[in-house]
Amino acid sequence: MAKQVLVEFRNITKTFGSVVANNNVSMQIYKGEILSVLGENGCGKTTLMNMLAGIYYPDGGKILIGGKEVQIHSPKTAFEYKIGMIHQHFKLVDVFTAAENVTLGVKDGTKYNLNFVKKRIGEMCDRYGFHINPDKKIYEMSVSEKQTVEIIKVLYRGADILILDEPTAVLTPQEINKLFAVLRAMRNDGKSIIIITHKLNEVMEISDRVAVLRKGEHIGTVETSETNEQALTEMMVGKKITLNIDRTKVENPTDRLFVKGLNYTNQEHIKVLDDVSFVARSGEILGIAGIAGSGQKELLEAIAGLQPLDSGEIVFHRPKKNLPVSFYHKTFHQVVELAAMGKFHYEDGSKVDLTGMSKKEIRQLVNDGKILFNEDDVMNLRDKTPLQIRELGVRLSFVPEDRLGMGLVGNMDLIDNMMLRSYRKGHSILVDRKNPENLAEKIVSGLEVVTPDLHTPVRRLSGGNVQKVLVGREISYAPTVLMAAYPVRGLDINSSYLIYNLLNKQKEEGVAVIFVGEDLDVLLGLCDRILVINSGRVTGIVDARTVTKEEVGLLMTKTDAGKEEKHGTED
Amino acid sequence: MFVTFLIGAIALGTVLLYGCLGETLMEKSGHLNLGVPGIMCMGTAGGCLGIELYMKGLAAPANANWFPLILVAVLFSVLLSVSTGAIYAFLTVTLRCNQNITGLAITTFGSGLAQFIMDTYVTRKNFDVAGKLLSRGFVNDPNANGVLRVFFSHGFFVYFAIVLAVVFAVVLNRTRIGLHLRSVGENPATADADGVNVTAYKYCAVLIGSAVSGFGGLFYIMDYLKGSWENASTIEAFGWLAIALVIFTLWKPNLAIFGSILFGGLFIAAFVLKGNPMQKELLKLLPYVITVLVLVITSIRKKRENQPPASLGLSYFREER
Repeated sequence: MAKQVLVEFRNITKTFGSVVANNNVSMQIYKGEILSVLGENGCGKTTLMNMLAGIYYPDGGKILIGGKEVQIHSPKTAFEYKIGMIHQHFKLVDVFTAAENVTLGVKDGTKYNLNFVKKRIGEMCDRYGFHINPDKKIYEMSVSEKQTVEIIKVLYRGADILILDEPTAVLTPQEINKLFAVLRAMRNDGKSIIIITHKLNEVMEISDRVAVLRKGEHIGTVETSETNEQALTEMMVGKKITLNIDRTKVENPTDRLFVKGLNYTNQEHIKVLDDVSFVARSGEILGIAGIAGSGQKELLEAIAGLQPLDSGEIVFHRPKKNLPVSFYHKTFHQVVELAAMGKFHYEDGSKVDLTGMSKKEIRQLVNDGKILFNEDDVMNLRDKTPLQIRELGVRLSFVPEDRLGMGLVGNMDLIDNMMLRSYRKGHSILVDRKNPENLAEKIVSGLEVVTPDLHTPVRRLSGGNVQKVLVGREISYAPTVLMAAYPVRGLDINSSYLIYNLLNKQKEEGVAVIFVGEDLDVLLGLCDRILVINSGRVTGIVDARTVTKEEVGLLMTKTDAGKEEKHGTED
Repeated sequence: MFVTFLIGAIALGTVLLYGCLGETLMEKSGHLNLGVPGIMCMGTAGGCLGIELYMKGLAAPANANWFPLILVAVLFSVLLSVSTGAIYAFLTVTLRCNQNITGLAITTFGSGLAQFIMDTYVTRKNFDVAGKLLSRGFVNDPNANGVLRVFFSHGFFVYFAIVLAVVFAVVLNRTRIGLHLRSVGENPATADADGVNVTAYKYCAVLIGSAVSGFGGLFYIMDYLKGSWENASTIEAFGWLAIALVIFTLWKPNLAIFGSILFGGLFIAAFVLKGNPMQKELLKLLPYVITVLVLVITSIRKKRENQPPASLGLSYFREER
């Protein structure tokens, strides 16, 4: 069968502000094939397909359908060219039935008749091997059923080109097999199917050809039968680029945070965290690499006390060994009790015995810093709220992914945002505004935050400045553990380097830094160790100084057979 | 006694039914319109203004004709209530203002302006004649069979309300227009992506809803009170009760017919039953207590069909995909 070119991209370029999402991309899609579009996060694969589906409009270049140049301004125009896209987030009305959703917005001139719609859905099910009850409400459906409704919806409108954005991300292996069977049936029926994905094994299994994108550029399109996972990974991640980040040697690393066997299953019965264990050390940056949505968010939030867990332990070791006891964390009674248990020693190493001493003498000893701890404090942070964690005296700082949602309050000014961390301090019934104001001033001058004044709502600042304010506030509390999720996302080069330097400085000061990143070059250049997470499982903890990009890339994308078997027995 | 009570309940229920139907339509498009009490006041003032103009032009008021009277009353009522509703629609749909604040402002504005119009331009001359004409039913003999009186003694506006409720129920659940309107209230982004004109549906729902709720106040003044007028705050109070009724009837126009009669009955029970003033005031609270109970029960049962439209009260920005 001679291959007929259905869609052709010619020199497509798309930019968002200063970020180039697609640069000069040219590729072809044939009739009756399954094409995988493969690439890392942020490589522009979804943007490219959104342009075909009418969500975005290209800044430069042409899209040709059947040899003719077309202008696709909206999803409606896309449907006129028989292009339908199934997004990651389903666009369905929850309280409607499947049939109602399918017919929504269809203006085919016929009378509104749900029975006719149901009949046509039934015909499609028979043709491609779907199973769906057209009278079932969307909110009663599983994710897989919702996806089926989306596919039917697109087919009902007569689409010949189907674009699926990460269709398998939310499915179980059995459901994936069913989906693939349906996709093959549609291909054999002459439809062109484009799958946006980063899962190598699925690419090998389902697609006829693979188009690889990296950093907005089209690297190449190959026949699946003529390639292998290794070659594709190389195309995906590219050669290592050395970044100019000063990575200091790790000095006296001590184990600070023990994460043991975390498990969490979400409401959709998907295992988001699957037996996650690792140790974060002081004076070290632990990178977390993984495809977006592999459980990074849940992992950090679990440590921060925001995410309930099914099982597992989070144990924090507070560095106390050979440090003086103070009344800051321990009450007088606790000090006496702990001393009786033999937990303290004097500077010369001799045991502390407080029996027979007066209260005044004991106070004097503690205040002079004569009494030292024998061991570190050990405490379990599991199931503790952020406030309880803070009350335990654990200085845990968290720079969340959602800066203006979880990190800062957009409508409040810099000072008020500083106060979010300090409003409990002090004994007056009025909150202290002086210290937060000083802190805000220090951050603005120290981190070169561009802002008209301290009373500007933070949402008016640019992304980079918002991030500086947030990171600045978090590190100002001298954390012992600093967690940062995608701290440089959306930032320009200079701001990014400023954040890297801040993290490095924290590391030098002996903080255990956990850095969740998406750019492998940065992870390899900044971190000391890299934990690779893949569908909620730790697939490896590697030395960032010696590992290669390809190795990390493979750990991130490869689904091993063992996991599928495990899933199989669960269902 | 019971027949009189039932007739009164249906009559008062009609006031609420109009407000409830209008509000239901708006809420189905995702607009929580707290301006309904004000819009009802404006509809009243408009209708009275129309009747005033008609009655003034007549040489002999006793010769007043039923059909042109209704026509002019409805026309003027719609004119004023829709223009008030249009302010709300423009502010919330086009300018995307906060719906609650806009609604409260419209209520204050509407009841104030209605009071002004009624006091300044409406002399209510011959309103008793017009009132009698409008409230004339098929069976007007007070000694007729009780069942006949319950069903056939009402004026035009009672039957019109019930017809509207049935039409609303059919349109919402059985037609493509209804499907599109519900999708706009549930998930405007999806509706937009599927080619439904979200703005047009929202405007139409708010304007038609305003027109319908405006009839409630007009009916109350001309039919129930036979042309007498105290002040706008009575009608405003019915407006709030109508909004409670929307929740009570779970956004279903067909249920609203029965819900409105129940609410109407509870409302007049305070006047019919014997008791001291305190007990009567407590009795007047019952509709609200029942609404709270319905809210509690539906929240506990969590049946998705009985929940308010998912994007109720939220503005829709196409850019925020």
